Amino acid sequence: MSEVLLEVTNLKKHYPVRAGVLRRQVGTVHSVDGVSFSVHAGETLGLVGESGCGKSTVARSVLRLVEPTSGQIHLEGEDITHLSKAALRPHRRSMQIVFQDPFASLNPRMTAGDIVGEPLAVHGLASGKALDARVATLFEQVGLRADQMHNFPHQFSGGQRQRICIARALALEPRLIVCDEPVSALDVSIQAQVINLLIDLQRQHGFSYLFIAHDLAVVAHISHRVAVMYLGRIVEIAGKDELFRNPRHPYTQALLASVPIANPLAKKLAPLVDGDVPSPVNPPSGCAFHTRCRFAMERCKTERPALLEAGDGHQVACLLNEGTGRSQLAPTT
Amino acid sequence: MTDKSHLLEVKNLKTVFFTNSGLFKAVDDLSFTVKRGETLAIVGESGCGKSVTALSLMRLVPDPPGRIVGGSISLEGTDLLALDEAEMRAVRGNRISMIFQEPMTSLNPVMRIGDQIVEAVRLHRNIPAKEARNIAVEMLRLVRIPEPARRAKEYPHQLSGGMRQRAMIAMALACRPVLLIADEPTTALDVTIQAQILALILDLQKELGTGLVLITHDLGVVAQTAQRVIVMYAGRKVEEASVEALFAAPKHPYTRGLMASIPAVPASGVPAQARLNEIPGTVPSLVRLPKGCAFAPRCKLAIKRCEAEYPPLADWGGGHLAACWRAAEVAEVA
Repeated sequence: MSEVLLEVTNLKKHYPVRAGVLRRQVGTVHSVDGVSFSVHAGETLGLVGESGCGKSTVARSVLRLVEPTSGQIHLEGEDITHLSKAALRPHRRSMQIVFQDPFASLNPRMTAGDIVGEPLAVHGLASGKALDARVATLFEQVGLRADQMHNFPHQFSGGQRQRICIARALALEPRLIVCDEPVSALDVSIQAQVINLLIDLQRQHGFSYLFIAHDLAVVAHISHRVAVMYLGRIVEIAGKDELFRNPRHPYTQALLASVPIANPLAKKLAPLVDGDVPSPVNPPSGCAFHTRCRFAMERCKTERPALLEAGDGHQVACLLNEGTGRSQLAPTT
Repeated sequence: MTDKSHLLEVKNLKTVFFTNSGLFKAVDDLSFTVKRGETLAIVGESGCGKSVTALSLMRLVPDPPGRIVGGSISLEGTDLLALDEAEMRAVRGNRISMIFQEPMTSLNPVMRIGDQIVEAVRLHRNIPAKEARNIAVEMLRLVRIPEPARRAKEYPHQLSGGMRQRAMIAMALACRPVLLIADEPTTALDVTIQAQILALILDLQKELGTGLVLITHDLGVVAQTAQRVIVMYAGRKVEEASVEALFAAPKHPYTRGLMASIPAVPASGVPAQARLNEIPGTVPSLVRLPKGCAFAPRCKLAIKRCEAEYPPLADWGGGHLAACWRAAEVAEVA
């Protein structure tokens, strides 16, 4: 395997819940509760989970856009967890982010060209004619025309706006691009264009993606490895093919079984889980999934399962079968 | 004469919007039928007119700027477009109900869940409050909300997204409508909750014999729920078929492109591909639609004729309709 680019160790992010006139802390949101993973150079790690599982908080913590409560983040071997703003700046060049909503993440009063060129100007890498030329190249790389540089964000369609965001992320030639639900606001036919673009750019430049999405099919398509999160914890990580062929955590199995398949001859739609995701303010004790798990045992209520190796680079946090999860496939596949 | 087996018969529906940038045809010459107990899915991307179709059926198109300017909507033989507003109010929520995408914005935030259902029931049925309250709790039980009597006393913000959507369904079905319109009912929900809600809607539909018009952008949802499917593009129906026929052999290049552009979950039986098939370009603006086929500028198969003349909806056997000059060749070429 290639070098480790990003290493996240036991990352936690807790938010206080305050109430009353005195704003006393009445609880804690365990948004991210002890997450460890690594991203290798040139690799895409997919991070999936349902709303509130903490996947976006992981993304923002990695970039230090939110300050982690505890844990370490190593980028290219250096601990960036506690670096000051100034000390962090050179590292920011190595990591960029593409957000979900291309409407909210572009300044409506700047031209598309200025938006894409801004990181270059901020880091003092180019100016004047050289800057324009570089921006024009970036536009072409993401499938926009160089003459569109002078247009404002509202003159672009949703898919084109996401291309602008991608061009901006590419400007500093980062080694890691964090994509937080980059295609979920787009129509199906446009979504395919953007996914293809992301894959093509990775092949050309060899950077890594931390790709966050709730859509399993999209994650499966773009990722080399996939991590599944539930209530602030990673419950399973494996290579893409391994994870989808042989999901071991009951939650992953339920998640896979819930995806409606675009094939009317494979009708199923049998939800493997009941009820809703519990609140991260008071997450269930032990394994956070035990309240919805069909295989929950007495132990699951008290013991928190660690993420353990189950063979073939497949890690799972489940007490079943001595920590290897449920070995057989969900009955629906 | 209206066919008795048809619960809903829409003929040549035309809904337009008058805007500053011009008139646009949100729904153009749309015809379809729904049988009792049948599920018809209307699928398409944003701006294709699927939601305006739903609003037209409910006669809830905001006027101005929108207006239904042609066609007929016949529900069990009654032409809904001929009713006055008072008569329509008696139909809405009673014989036709609708579930919206975002339950938080379609429930009244300052009214208890139970009271909202009671209000809907008593609007249409002259029954005492107490009896209506029993119906409300019964409906909440029917949509499998745990502890329905307690939940009925809660406000929408106290419920989770999935529970709110269940409450919406309870309210929509409280008067036992003959037709339920669901506009992206699970789009705002997580996938495990989506599976629960879709299964619930289908169960209840079977139990109550309701006709269902399901509006969605998700072909997976279509495949798992519908019997028949309409594909819309730029305000028009471009294809209609049974769900099996549509997925087995789509006739319209747009439908084909859509199907090829969705990534498949590995091990789902659908083969994974390295590169997704993309449809180039974007959906055209409805204000400046081309004269011919609206999809022609994005279509690999487009010929001169496609730009000049709009293709008629032709039957390709067994009620499989497609509006494409080259539909016969789609299977071979694309």
